[in-house]
Order: sequence, then structure tokens, then C-alpha cells
Amino acid sequence: MDLLDFARGPALQWSLYILVIGVAWRLIGVLLLRRKADHSEPRSTATARGALFTIWRRMWPRKEFQARTVYGQTVGYVFHIGLALVVFGFVPHILFIKDLTGLSWPGLPSNVVYLIGVVTLAALILALVRRMTHPVLRLLSNFDDYFSWIVTTLPVLTGLLAVAHLGARYETLLAIHILSVELLFVWFPFGKLMHAILFAFSRGSTGALFARRGAST
Amino acid sequence: MSAAKSQTEKHPLDTDSPRFSIKKPKVRYDKQGDMPDDQRVATAMRHFVRDFGATAAVYMESCIHCGLCAEACHYYVQTADPKYTPIWKLEPFKQAYKREYGPFSFFYRALNLKSPVTVGELQEWQELIYDSCTLCGRCTMVCPMGIDIATLVGQARHGMFQAGLVPHELWAVAERAEKEGSPLGATPKVFKDRIEWLADDHEVDIPVDEDQADIMISMSSIEIMKYPESIVATAKVLNKLGAKWTIRLDGYEATNFGMLSGNTAWQKDMSMKLINAAIACKAKILILPECGHAYGALRWQGANIYGKPLPFRVMHISEFLAENLKNGKLQVKKVDKSITFHDPCQVSRRGGATQAPRDVLDTLGVELREMKDTGALNWCCGGGGGVVTIHRADDLRYKVFQIKMKQVDDTAAEMLVTSCSNCRQTFDDGQAHFKWDKTANSLLELVADNLVD
Repeated sequence: MDLLDFARGPALQWSLYILVIGVAWRLIGVLLLRRKADHSEPRSTATARGALFTIWRRMWPRKEFQARTVYGQTVGYVFHIGLALVVFGFVPHILFIKDLTGLSWPGLPSNVVYLIGVVTLAALILALVRRMTHPVLRLLSNFDDYFSWIVTTLPVLTGLLAVAHLGARYETLLAIHILSVELLFVWFPFGKLMHAILFAFSRGSTGALFARRGAST
Repeated sequence: MSAAKSQTEKHPLDTDSPRFSIKKPKVRYDKQGDMPDDQRVATAMRHFVRDFGATAAVYMESCIHCGLCAEACHYYVQTADPKYTPIWKLEPFKQAYKREYGPFSFFYRALNLKSPVTVGELQEWQELIYDSCTLCGRCTMVCPMGIDIATLVGQARHGMFQAGLVPHELWAVAERAEKEGSPLGATPKVFKDRIEWLADDHEVDIPVDEDQADIMISMSSIEIMKYPESIVATAKVLNKLGAKWTIRLDGYEATNFGMLSGNTAWQKDMSMKLINAAIACKAKILILPECGHAYGALRWQGANIYGKPLPFRVMHISEFLAENLKNGKLQVKKVDKSITFHDPCQVSRRGGATQAPRDVLDTLGVELREMKDTGALNWCCGGGGGVVTIHRADDLRYKVFQIKMKQVDDTAAEMLVTSCSNCRQTFDDGQAHFKWDKTANSLLELVADNLVD
């Protein structure tokens, strides 16, 4: 078995097992904790709507915070949107997802995806520089923050190298690219990458609570 | 020695300065009891997670360390000191949660990925959990994960209180409130005397200890001791409505220093006094006074402390006024002034009663000049969460108050109005400190002064 076979075969399989079981474990571990009944007289009973609204609302910046947060938020938007476009817009990725799930959709032109990949990588580097230099982020950051950055950035970097045929044989580059994605799968449930799932529960909880009080979120 | 005397001797009150607290202690005791250090840590963490449900756990799991909360916090904005980042104020508790309680705690412990929290860390964090957090919840509004950081700080205070790690003054006023029924010496006897004096002086009926009343009112100690006109204003409004109302000496104190200091048992005692008194007089409505945290304590937590829905409505005085002005039962003269309104965080941002005071001001016909960041995004005055009682926090409090001064000045309104007496005393203190030309006025008194005869 060569490296590419390993990456596409057992490594993929096991990383997906860890991803699914790990995510389920972490989610169940918190969601099954008790929820106390709230006996206060609600100002509004539209709590589900409040939850959904807050999940949606917190995707967008607020004008009150804009002046102080514009740089960090812009960098964040660029790499999140860039990652989404590259992961779900690149034709080979769509084929890969089709193999796994049977789902597919039309892709973006490859050259456009390459450009987005470069911009995403640049934004990720800016995010890291910011994390290492901004006093608040330096204080807050721990192993998880830096390791999560590495496992997010490696697939972008190795993907760009693979399509550019830079540094090694294409098959080797492709294998390294797939392995880097599998590293992300393995790390996903244990660190902050899990926010890609938790955001809905966290925002939703506050949204429901505040909606009950008639408070805005 | 009586309990009351012992409280006064232990922690003499300072009621001569613009903000009420105990006198500045000569020697600080910011560590209570004689528990061994390791036990303090274990106790703190146990009580932090005691009320932990799915929601708080989801919050603890969701932080992405983006640092945005710092930008919403008046302490960070005014000092640029990263330690005031709201989520950092929970760091030891986050650490302990991951190590001891989270879904992957076995990994963290087995691989020693998170070191155990020490009592030294908790003592260091006391300033962050108490002195530099008013529980205003502005950080909750900016968090991209929607984490309600203010609630978590409140839970951290539960742990800190049980571990005996509460700032001297806050512990003292909380203990006084538990023992005497008021944090600022407004004991039933003092209150009764004040009511008699006010009723006489202002020729207004103030019914006390009625067996049956439709409305029971509560008061904040700050009002009783510092702004007694609030009592008169409340009486004028209720008498004008022809309401059957009462004050009950077995349950009148609306402030809840049990909650602010983190003692859940005292919080319960304080809330139950009000609840039992309202039940005893068969009240249909319990009116909470111009006090921010009193609203959160009873309106949103009261029924949960009681264990079932309360058999009466709980309303903030601004909601009560708005309702009766809108339905025409109360009528007011027009006030020809430009006014800016300071939202008390616990009533507005965290309590949802943002519109009520605006409806009141609308009926008064004033020109309302909103501050730039207002309503749910309003900046805190800096005195909430018990912070105004803590002497060592004064310099920091004045720093954050400058945001508020600028907000108010920028509106160029003729008058500043709020509906929280704790905010009012924070403004009074800031006004004296900065020799500022603005005073925070009471919304209730503005209405009472302009009732149509």
C-alpha cells in the first residue's frame, strides 16, 4: 500500500470514525446534562424563534462594535468564507464528497478556487500574526488555538502545493493533502474547531433565554 | 451584644459620601473563614458547577478565544489591560471545568493538559470576578458564539463566596443584609420611622402592613436611605390610581446582595422574604423599585427560587408606569425638556424592559435624545454587580464612568434620567469625583412630579 492508498483508505476511515464518535461524545456529554425548568412568567413564548434568530443574527457584525472589531472580523470573515468556498466549491472536493455521501453540486472554476485558496491562506496567516501580537489574544491563546490553526492551515497549504505540483510528486502531494485533512478530522472533536457545530447550540441557548425575557440579542 | 450592633461595629456604614457602602476598611479581609487552601479551591469549583446545566456547559465548550468580548467591556476599553477580557475572568473556572467536568476531562487529567487551579490563582481572580465585572452583560452581546459570559461570572461568584474569597465590603454588606434585612441599615424599624416621617412631611398616605392589598411595593435600601423621595413618589402614583396597595415590613428590601456576592442561600432568603410577604397580603402585583439587579433577582429568578410560578405578577416600576400611562389611568403634564435615558443593564439589556421607560418618556412628551449606544447595547454606569460598594475598585470605576459621561454629554440633553437607584448613586459619586455638571434623575420621580392633579 503506498501513501496515497493509505490516505484514501484506512487513514480516511479511522479519522472519520474518530470525528463522528468524538463529536457525538462531546455533544452528548454536554447536551444531556440537566436543564432546569424556568418557572418565571415569560414575556414571550417564542423562544425557538429567538434561538433561530440569534443563530442567524450573530453571523453579522453590529454597528456598535464595528469600529473596535473591524480588522479581526474582516480577517475572520475572509478565511471562513474562503474555506467554505474551497472545501465545497472545488470540483475534486465535490467528487470526494460524492464518493462518501452520494451528494454533489456544481463546482467553481478551478482557477477561481486557486485564487480563493491563496487569499484564504493569506487571511489565516494574518489571523495567526494577530493572535501572536494582540495582547488580548496572546493572553487567551493556548495549545488548542495554535494547533487548531495548524490543522486548518495545512490542508489549504498542501492543497495549493498539490495543484501547483510544487515540492514533490503529485501523488505524494495529494496524499499529504488528504492526510492533513484527516488530521483536521481527528483534532476536530477535541479542540475549538468544534465551534463549527457548537455555535448553533451556544447562540441558540442565549437566543431562547433572552427571547423569553423579551430582551434583544 | 445584639446582631445589629455587632454588624454596625464590625462594618460601620458610610452614609455621608455620595455612594453608600461600609466605611473604607483600615485592614482588608478579602479572605473569609479559615478553610485550608486546597479545600477552598475544591469548594469554589464544586459550587461553581453545582448549578451547572447543559446551557452553562455548552458555553464553556464554545469559546473560540477570539477576544471580541474585550472590545465590548468598559474595563478593557478604558484600560487596554488584557486581563479585563470578560472570558479571561473565568479562566480558572474554565480550566477546572475542562479538567474535572467536561466530556474529555479524563484526557485532560490523564495527560495533565490542564494544571489544577490554586488558591493563589483564585485570590488573583477575585479582582476580575468582583471589582471589574458589573455583570452588565455587554460582552454577551458581542460574543460570536453567543456565550452569556455575565451568567458564568455570576456562577463563578457562587464558588468564590463558598470558598470565602469575596471582597471585604461586598461580603460585609451581604452579611448585613442577611442579618439585618438590609445592606445599608434600612432595618424594618428604620424604614417604618422613615415612612412615618415621609407621610407626615409630604402629607401622603403610605399604607403599611395591610393584610390584603392588590399591589405590594418593594424598595431598595439605597432609595430608603439616600433617595427617600422615591417612596413618596411611589405613594403619590399609587394613590392617584386609587390602588389598594401596601408596604410590608416583613418583606420590602428589593436589593439582593446574596445574589451579588454569590451566596445562593442568602439570595434565597432575601427573595423569599419578598415572595412570602406578597403572598401574605394576597398581592396580585409585586412592584420592584428603581433598582437594576432587584429586577433580575425577582422577575427572572424569583419563581425558580420559589420552585414554581409565582402567584402574582412581578413588574419593574417603569413597566408599571408605562402600562398605566398607556391605558390612560395615569395622566401626566407635558415636560418641555430634552432628556437622555440611561438604561440600567439588568432591567434593559438583561431584563428585556427596554421599551417601558421610553413609553413613559413619550407620554411625558419630552424630547428623548438617545445616547449613541443605547438600549441593549448601552454602556454600564460602572456601579452594578456590587462593584460600587468596593473601595479598592474606585479608581477603576471612575475610569469606566468616563465612557458614561461622554455618552451623556454627547447628547447635549438638558436632563439625564434613569430608573435604577444604584445607577443614580454611581452617577452621584462620579459627578462629585469629576465635578461634572450632570445629575441622574429618577424616572419615577419625574412622573410623580408631573401627575395631573
